[in-house]
This record gives sequence, structure tokens and C-alpha cells, in this order.
Amino acid sequence: MIDIKEFLNDLLSLPGLSAYEEPARKKISETWEPFVDEMHVSPIGSLHALSRGVGGEPRPKILLACHMDAIGMMVTGIEDGFLRFTEVGGIDHRLLPGMRVNVHGKRDLPGVIVMPRAELLPEDNSTGPVEMKYLFIDTGLLPEETTSLVKIGDLVSFAQEPSELPNEVIMGHTLDNRVSVAAVTICLEELKRVSHDWDVWAVATVQEEETLGGGLTSPFAIRPDLAIAIDVTFAKGPGASDYRTFPLGKGVTLGIGSNIHPGFRKAVKEVADKLEIPTHDEFLPLYSGTDALAMQIVGEGIATLVLGIPLRYMHTPVEMVAMKDIQRAGRLMAAFIAGLPHDFMQRLHWDD
Amino acid sequence: MTTKNMAPLIEKEQIDLLERLSNACGILSDVGEIRKIVLESIKPYCDDVHVDALGNVLAIRKAQQPDALRVMVAAHMDEVGFMVIEKEEGGLFRMLAVGGIDSRYLPGKPVLAGKDHIPGVIGAKPIHLMKKDEMKNTMELEDLRLDVGPDGGDKVKPGDPVYFATKFQQVGPSLMGKALDDRLGVASLISLIQHTPANIELLAAFTVQEEIGLRGARVAAYAFNPDLAIVMDSTPSYDLPTWDGSENIYYNTKLDAGPAIYVADTGTLSDPRLLQHLFKVASENNIPYQIRQPGKGGTDAGSIHRQRAGIPSVSISVPGRYAHSPVMISRFNDWKNTLTLVHTALAEMPKNILQRN
Repeated sequence: MIDIKEFLNDLLSLPGLSAYEEPARKKISETWEPFVDEMHVSPIGSLHALSRGVGGEPRPKILLACHMDAIGMMVTGIEDGFLRFTEVGGIDHRLLPGMRVNVHGKRDLPGVIVMPRAELLPEDNSTGPVEMKYLFIDTGLLPEETTSLVKIGDLVSFAQEPSELPNEVIMGHTLDNRVSVAAVTICLEELKRVSHDWDVWAVATVQEEETLGGGLTSPFAIRPDLAIAIDVTFAKGPGASDYRTFPLGKGVTLGIGSNIHPGFRKAVKEVADKLEIPTHDEFLPLYSGTDALAMQIVGEGIATLVLGIPLRYMHTPVEMVAMKDIQRAGRLMAAFIAGLPHDFMQRLHWDD
Repeated sequence: MTTKNMAPLIEKEQIDLLERLSNACGILSDVGEIRKIVLESIKPYCDDVHVDALGNVLAIRKAQQPDALRVMVAAHMDEVGFMVIEKEEGGLFRMLAVGGIDSRYLPGKPVLAGKDHIPGVIGAKPIHLMKKDEMKNTMELEDLRLDVGPDGGDKVKPGDPVYFATKFQQVGPSLMGKALDDRLGVASLISLIQHTPANIELLAAFTVQEEIGLRGARVAAYAFNPDLAIVMDSTPSYDLPTWDGSENIYYNTKLDAGPAIYVADTGTLSDPRLLQHLFKVASENNIPYQIRQPGKGGTDAGSIHRQRAGIPSVSISVPGRYAHSPVMISRFNDWKNTLTLVHTALAEMPKNILQRN
């Protein structure tokens, strides 16, 4: 059996900003290789892996989408050896001062994000949070060395190392959404052992954080009958307690809303209940901030589902997820797929 | 042998020591981890070592000649951090700052709690759930929580210290880590004890509670009753570009410009005789130095010079960027030159340095 914690730990330590997912993709493809029958990479970089079903032709297909891209930053300027930068993906600028980063220049340079003292800032930004455009990255190198190693457009990753908190809670950056990659990996390993009628396309998508590019294009190439977006959702924690939040380590979420096919959801929920996997209803009335938003409207339209793994402190370098919830998501997908009848699509209907 | 050759070098052993000191944690008087490293490093070299009522390490290395000047050199062991003050549900705790910490450095940072260095984080509300207006406000410590994981609540209790979890790194010309303020001074003072010039009696004070009111230094100075005092600390460098490209005249100190000699800060007007001696020694020995811009801030000298009947004092700091934040940056060369300057100043200190004309 694959050591999923070790895989996740390795994956979390690899860069892979939106549109530059290659390091993550390489690791994922190595890891999925023993569990799947074929693999290829889409024109924009998503990894498509097929676990072939045993059902007769034409064989229905389900797509499991987990985005592998990470948020981070990009260098926009160099002043006296200090780097200016902008965000890739949504980052609260108030988290940045004092944060350790890796600058992917000609070689990887450790750095720290810093804020100039008030006297060096414009008067209207001399108190309160310093705007991103006034922050710098300091590499600790002399100005001429930084200038020779870094250019505008170079990427910057969070440098926080992952660590484990009591009872298998993982802390680190880019748990959004590498934990879902881990969940899909668990599912693929399980499906290697269990017979399933349907073809299963595991897809590590690209650019979810910026353009939903992977979510829009992979379903077009694969044309699945069903698609699940596995992504993180908000765990309850300091400052996060409303209807959009769920307890950490106490089960996965099943979306309810415009991106989710209710019949599909009902079938998954029944499997979860049977396996006693705790699930929470996640209300996503207008849209889900996941690949499902894109996948649903590909081609003639696809029945989609959003499966959520609660995570604390989303889009910070100190995100937290319970291993238990990752396992639950993986097991639930595998059990649902193993039980999918060949004619599920014929039975799937609107409840009216 | 010239005095220069006698100055302690900074080699791998000293950098390893600094790394241990930077990674070690201690606030207030609760600096056992640092004290342990100090004691094991200096014991073989000292004529007397003891830990006083506040937790200062006071060490004496006698001169190798009679009637020597008795010089106190102080460096503080404590760093800025937090104390856990209240337990909440699910591995969450409220904290109080210990020392001057800008709240803007806190959200999203990893920390260590308690003697066992339990890993935790200071989290922040996800940007997705944030209202636009909220982004304009600083997240203050009272709104933030220490989080050691939902099942970690039993491993931490109110009263426990909390520290930034930053591992020391040497990067090119730089030293990057937490608490370089003032572990650089502590490492320097250890080197001075190991290489004390023969002409002075060294009264080494590794002090506590500097960050919250210079308290350790006050009683250390009373106990030592020295002829004069030199404080080795770390001072901020604000040598970053200005937003509009105009000249930065608020730099305080600059990296790579050498040891920062204090003329005046919030707590101390440095003794002019000691200043003149430092300037003379530096220029005669080609040791680079800079004058710290007179202004806010302070060191243990603030309490030492007003102890007993008065103790002539001066401070010399290694400049460092981003003091009191999770990661400081200082330069190896500035540290080396600071140690050389202080060592040479002691070795060349005339017996009558305090004599008035």
C-alpha cells in the first residue's frame, strides 16, 4: 500500500504554480502509474489517467478532477536587489510580511517578504496593512547577485515546510488542493483492487486558481458522463464559523447548488451513509469555487458533483487538514464507483 | 603578536553556535535553553560563573595583570514572543505579546508553544470569506489565535511561552533567522570570554528581560559594579528603497556598513570617552563602522549607565533587518567586524580611559 502521508508530504514540498504545474505533475504521474492503465498530458498540462472499467462498450466514464496548481507570487520588479511582486491566485496581502518564500530564479533562492517602515511608504499607507505593491522580497543576497539571478516574471512559492499536528492533522501550504490529489490517489489504489464497470479518468487539473483552464478543457477531451470536483472547503476556525464552514476532521462535504446534479449527489450520499462516512451539506447556491463550475458547462453539459475536504486557513501557508477526511473522500469515491451500475445514466433523472 | 591576530575569528564553530542560539527559544526570564548553551560554552574559560535571582548569567574572567579595568560587557538572552493566556475550544488559545511585536507580522505564521516546542500556527480567516473592507484593517493579536490543531489542546496551557518557528539559515553573505536580536550579541560575548584580552577584567552579563524593560541588566550592573560597560546588541536596519525612489534618510543603520555605534537613543547618551576610543580604534585598525542614526530605540545601556553612582556606557550593535519579526537578516561581515571592533577596543583600552582632563 502506498504511504499516502509520505506522498502528500513530498507533493506539498514541490512547486507548481498555476500554469507551471510540472514538478507536481511529475510526482503525481509517478505515483499514479502503478494504479492506472494509461496516462497522458493535455495540451495545457493537466494529467489524465485512466483506470479502465470492465463493463461492456460503450462504457460509461466518470471523471475525478483534483486541481494540482498552487497559489503563489510572481516577480514584477527589482529595486536595489529587493524584489517587487504580485499574486498568482488570491492572497491576502496582510499575511505576507515575515513570510518565508522560495524565489524560482536561475536557481531557487530562499527569501522573506518584508515591509518597509512607515517613513519609507506613501502617507496614505503609512499605517495599517501595507499594500502588496509596497512589499518586497529580500533574498539575503547582495543586490548585484539578486539582479543576476532573478528576472521579472520569475515565480515565487511559499516555503513553509509541511508538518504534522496531533491526531494526523497536516499543516502546510498548498494543501489546497494537493490533499484532493491524495484523496484521488487513495481512490485509484482502491479501484486497482476492486472491479468496476465504469472507466475512471483521474485528472489532476491545471490553473484552477486563476482561469479554471483545466476544468474547462479536460472534460472536453474525455467527455465523461459524470464528473466530480474534489476540492477543499472551509473548516470552522478563528474568524470562520458561518454556514459556509464545517468541522475539521469530522467528515467530508457534498455540495448542494447550481453546479451539482441532485440525482448524482443523492446516489453518492447513499453510499456514504451505507459506509458510515460522515458528510455535511455544503450550500453553494450560485456557484462553487471549484472545477465543477467549469466542468458542468463543457460540451453538451455534464452532471457534476462537488466533494469537499474541510481545511482551516485557506490560501495561507499554514493550512490545516485532517488525514481522516482525506481518507474518507478517497474511500467514498472508490466505493461509489465500484458500485456504479452500467446503466446509471439511464436511471439518473430529475426528481420531477 | 598584534592585537588583530588575537581577535576571535568567526568560523564554522561560531556560526554553528549562532545557529543553535537562534533556534533556541526564550522570553522574559524563561531563557533556560539559551542559558544552557551559554553555560556550557563559557564555563571552562571563567574564573566565576553564577546565575542570579532574575536568571542572568554573570561570568567573570580575570585579567592577567594587576589593577586592570573592570569592564562589563552585556548581551541579552531573551527574545520577543508571546504568552498563552486563555484556552478555548478545539486547540485554540489566546496570546499576549511579550516585547514589541508589530501585529502585521503575525497572521499565517508558524509558531512553537511551550517547553516541548509544540508546533502550531497563527491562522487567518480565508480571503474567500473576507469582506473587502476587512482587508484594510490590521489583524490584531486579540483577534488572532494560536492553533495547535483540533486535537492538540491538551499539549499547551495558559502561561506557556510561544515563539516564532523559524529555522536559522546562512544564505550567501547573510544570516537569516529569528532572535538574531540578540543572539548575535550572545554569540559574540561567548567568543569574547573565550578570547579575553589580557589587560582587562571581563564582567560578562548574559541578561534577561531586556525586551520588556532592561531589568536583567540593571541588577547585573549593580552586582558587577564595573568601571565601564559595553552593550552588544542588534539594531534595526531600515535600509530599503523608498516607495517613490527618493533618498532613504530614515535607514537607522545599513547592512554591510559595519558595526553600529550608538551615540544617542531613547535611553542612553553614550559616554563620549568611550565613543572617542571606539572611533580611534576602528580607524587605526581599518575596522569599518557606522554611527547608528540618533533616535528611538534602546539597549541594556539604558539601565546600566544609571546604576549605582553611574557607569560610563556605550552600545555597539550588529545591524539587522526586520527585528522583532519571524525572520531577521544580518550580514556575516557586520558580525565579524563588530566582534573585532569590541575585542580590539578592549585590548587597546588605556587604563586611564575614564580620566578627565
